[in-house]
Amino acid sequence: MNGFDSYQVRRRASGARWVLSLAFALLIGAFFRTQILQHDKYQLRAETNRLRAIPLEPPRGAILDRNGETIAENLPGFAVKLFATSQDSLRATLQRFASVVPLDSAAVDDIERRWRAARYQPVVVFGDASFEMVSHLEERRALLPGLIIQSEPKRFYPYGKAVAHLVGYVGEVTERDLERDRYPGAEAGSIVGKSGLERQYDSVLRGRAGVRYVEVNARGRLVRENVGSAMLPPEPGQPLITTIDLPLQRFIDSIWPPEFRGAMIAMTPKGQIRALYSAPSYDPNLFVGGISTADWRALNDNVDKPLLNRAINGGYPPASPFKLATAAMGLKRGLINLHSQMPQPCTGGYRLGNRIFRCWKRDGHGSLDLIGAVAQSCDVYFYQLGLKLGLDNMLSDGVAMGFSGRSGVDLPSEQASLYPASYEYFDKHYGPRNWSPPATVLNFSIGQGENTQTLIDMVQFYAALAGDGIEVPPYVVEPRSGVPTHDLGLTEEQLAGLRTALIAVVERGTGGGSRQKGVVIAGKTGTAQNSHGDDHGWFIGFAPADKPVLVVGAIMEHAVHGSVAGRYVSKVLARYVLGPDTTKAQVSTPPASAFPADSAPLPVEITDSGGRRVVAPTTTVPDTVPSEPPR
Amino acid sequence: MSRIDRPLAIAAVGLITYGVIILYSAGQTDVVTSAEGVWTRQLVWVGIGAVVGFIVFRTSFRLVEWLTPAIYVFSLLLLLAVLFVGTGAGTAAGTKSWLAIGGHRIGQPAELAKLATVLMLARHLSSLKEAPRSLRSLWTPALIVGIPFLLVMKQPDLGSALVFVGIFFAMLYWAGVRPRLLFMVVSPAVSLLLAVTTWSWGIWIVLVVVLMVVWRPYVWESVVVVGLNVATGVAALVLWNKLADYQKNRLLSFLNPEADPRGAGYHLLQSKTAIGSGGWFGSGLTQGPQKRLAFLPEQHTDFVFSVVGEELGFLGVLLALGLFILLFTSLIRVARRAADPFSSLVVFGILGLWFTHVFENVGMTVNLMPVTGIPLPFFSYGGSFFLICCVCLGLALRASWDARLAGYLDS
Repeated sequence: MNGFDSYQVRRRASGARWVLSLAFALLIGAFFRTQILQHDKYQLRAETNRLRAIPLEPPRGAILDRNGETIAENLPGFAVKLFATSQDSLRATLQRFASVVPLDSAAVDDIERRWRAARYQPVVVFGDASFEMVSHLEERRALLPGLIIQSEPKRFYPYGKAVAHLVGYVGEVTERDLERDRYPGAEAGSIVGKSGLERQYDSVLRGRAGVRYVEVNARGRLVRENVGSAMLPPEPGQPLITTIDLPLQRFIDSIWPPEFRGAMIAMTPKGQIRALYSAPSYDPNLFVGGISTADWRALNDNVDKPLLNRAINGGYPPASPFKLATAAMGLKRGLINLHSQMPQPCTGGYRLGNRIFRCWKRDGHGSLDLIGAVAQSCDVYFYQLGLKLGLDNMLSDGVAMGFSGRSGVDLPSEQASLYPASYEYFDKHYGPRNWSPPATVLNFSIGQGENTQTLIDMVQFYAALAGDGIEVPPYVVEPRSGVPTHDLGLTEEQLAGLRTALIAVVERGTGGGSRQKGVVIAGKTGTAQNSHGDDHGWFIGFAPADKPVLVVGAIMEHAVHGSVAGRYVSKVLARYVLGPDTTKAQVSTPPASAFPADSAPLPVEITDSGGRRVVAPTTTVPDTVPSEPPR
Repeated sequence: MSRIDRPLAIAAVGLITYGVIILYSAGQTDVVTSAEGVWTRQLVWVGIGAVVGFIVFRTSFRLVEWLTPAIYVFSLLLLLAVLFVGTGAGTAAGTKSWLAIGGHRIGQPAELAKLATVLMLARHLSSLKEAPRSLRSLWTPALIVGIPFLLVMKQPDLGSALVFVGIFFAMLYWAGVRPRLLFMVVSPAVSLLLAVTTWSWGIWIVLVVVLMVVWRPYVWESVVVVGLNVATGVAALVLWNKLADYQKNRLLSFLNPEADPRGAGYHLLQSKTAIGSGGWFGSGLTQGPQKRLAFLPEQHTDFVFSVVGEELGFLGVLLALGLFILLFTSLIRVARRAADPFSSLVVFGILGLWFTHVFENVGMTVNLMPVTGIPLPFFSYGGSFFLICCVCLGLALRASWDARLAGYLDS
């Protein structure tokens, strides 16, 4: 064949070398670009490929009472988590889990839901695993790809039931929480406070999560734990020192009659909360590591609503304890003094127009001065005082005294008390000229009508009576600035007089059952009409009466009469003032019928037409309890 | 043995040793993969390959030339057979590229067909009085390459088909076919690629027409070339729709591997990540995390070069490419000095074969070329291709030997 002469071949060979050089220059250039110029980018990609960050939960700060006793602490615990690359592999692994530890289908669904929310994070399977479960799982590690067992501090409430509503509980932060940034700094998987103090002071208690890296392979299986030195230790949360007196709090829990729902608050006149209790209670330890669906359902479906904090979220007609507010308004305005009598003596009722407003005592109280009227809780006296004041003044003074809105306590989701500020409220609800101001003022004067108060709002008012006449926002941890205080506008003498009246209630009036040996207790009973069943009992008192150190208020739903609540309140006061030894004896239980039933009469219709029966808003139990399990 | 081609032998031994070391590393993973222990099996193939290579080395080119038609026909028959009884493997499980007997895969006929085509084309071209000068005279070479090409396409095995194209152009060039003729042959394919945008295609067509006017080939040649360019451009869309989904995905992920990081682009992205994280020196032999943790797919076959990049870094890559450059320049030298046109064309055909493999395989690991399943000579695990490579080495060494005997000494 021609064409293979030396010179021709040499020319073609050099052409071939050119092509070769070009091609290899291209290859080397591409590798230089990838390996040298873009090295950092691919290095990072390689690491994100194989390294998974595992958050390290910080130990939560302890919650202590005022003497350093532990309300909430941490115990060593284990969290079982799982890495999964796909939903199928997660499901397959969970199925294998089920052969080792109990895991029902609801729990599996829940885990899958949480996995979908953060796919590249380990999903928590058991937030609080026992040592036994952990050792079982550890033995079968080979079958469970992506298994991570982490020792994590877990929350523990030594006196769970006694402090539940006060301290709240913790849970894993939800996707929704993260979306709305309810917990700044929290990441998926973080344990956050869900209610109570845990919620309120979450940012103090939580600390900051650390992180460690584990190496996983292409199938998401864990290859090595603790890779490299890239580990950030968690920052523990700060301890929280509260004003709570834990022994007192536990004492309340121990004496509270289980048959009653309700709440009790103990507070110093300066607003330091010593105890805050709501019944029925629950065990906040159930929530640690994620509450089981069965437990959650049991708590949520319970007709007694144990998750509801009745101390700050239950609204009740304030009833007779509110008469002190009416009296304070009268004194402040100079309309009466402590010994003023009303034009009409009590004959068991008061006629307004063609209607009779009854006193709780059908026989009547006769002629009483203010102290006597308070002691006997005479409705007719306060009807007349209310008329003297007029509705305008009653509404504006009530608002000024803080009966409208929240007390400002440092606990989350406090319910606002309802107290109309002006006529507008009634006009809007009943239509102008469709309601009767005098009838309304009569209802208001004895704590009925469109007036619902939370226990903490009422205790706050009594704390001001017991103290210097200024209502301060109650607090558990620290006084809150910027929350308005309310000056009752009473002089020292007027305050002392009202205290005398409250002593009279216990010593010779409707609160006779609350007397305690060794300490003079002042207080006021009350019975709130409840159209749905038995009446609610109120008692708010303080001791020692001459120089109060503690104000205690209680509401007992369906307790029929305030003197029932009074017996428990007085026990708490005596214990606090006299010390624990004096109160070992059983709560004295004189028959309730031995005491006058100072129940406020059912509120009278305030509309002229009478076509609609207006009943005072009775217990409003808001549904503040979330319907989803608080993960 | 003093007359053995030393640079060629050094390149070959270097590449084979390098390849076995990398295959050993490819099997060192934290996750059990099919690459575990393949290096020992590769060692067996190295042993067999050495024997086969030596036998070929001792075989006269005249005997090879005489056997060529039989080898060619035999390989075509195997390609035909594989279409009926072939099985798939690895990433290309859906294709029919393996010949299996009783469930045992015994080899890929396409690998033999590549060498057989080289031999057959060399025999044909060396028998011509002069190099083909017109399109019409290219029909026999086109037929020789076209038949195995189409049979391989039918499997379908795009990578191997590409190798036939590489062989075809390399050997025609070496036989003395003028580059402008090769340009006219290749132009419709370029037209097909440039048809992605109207602008690039329009410019191309104008360029082709201008060149036809300047070069003044036969009129019918101009008409055919321009006509084909227009036809392929128009047919591009139709052809695109006819591609199998996996072929489309591979082409699309070549253009933008990030578009589908979990799907078609996955292999490419993981390969680039492994190579890119290697840096200058790599993570150390057997230490590459991407490979160890099985993020790198097919680390012992198609993506074996990514292991080089990850564990031995840019320097390791330069060493491997350097060895290939030494091999290829040696082959050019051998082809240039070969004693006769047949052996010269065979050696250059082997160069075309290997070059296409290396450029396509190495190029695809860094997204320079689209991903097609094609082994890297001396590195990728696989018996049949390794044996063919040994045969090729034997042929090249023999050609060099013959040249020295004939007195073409290094000058």
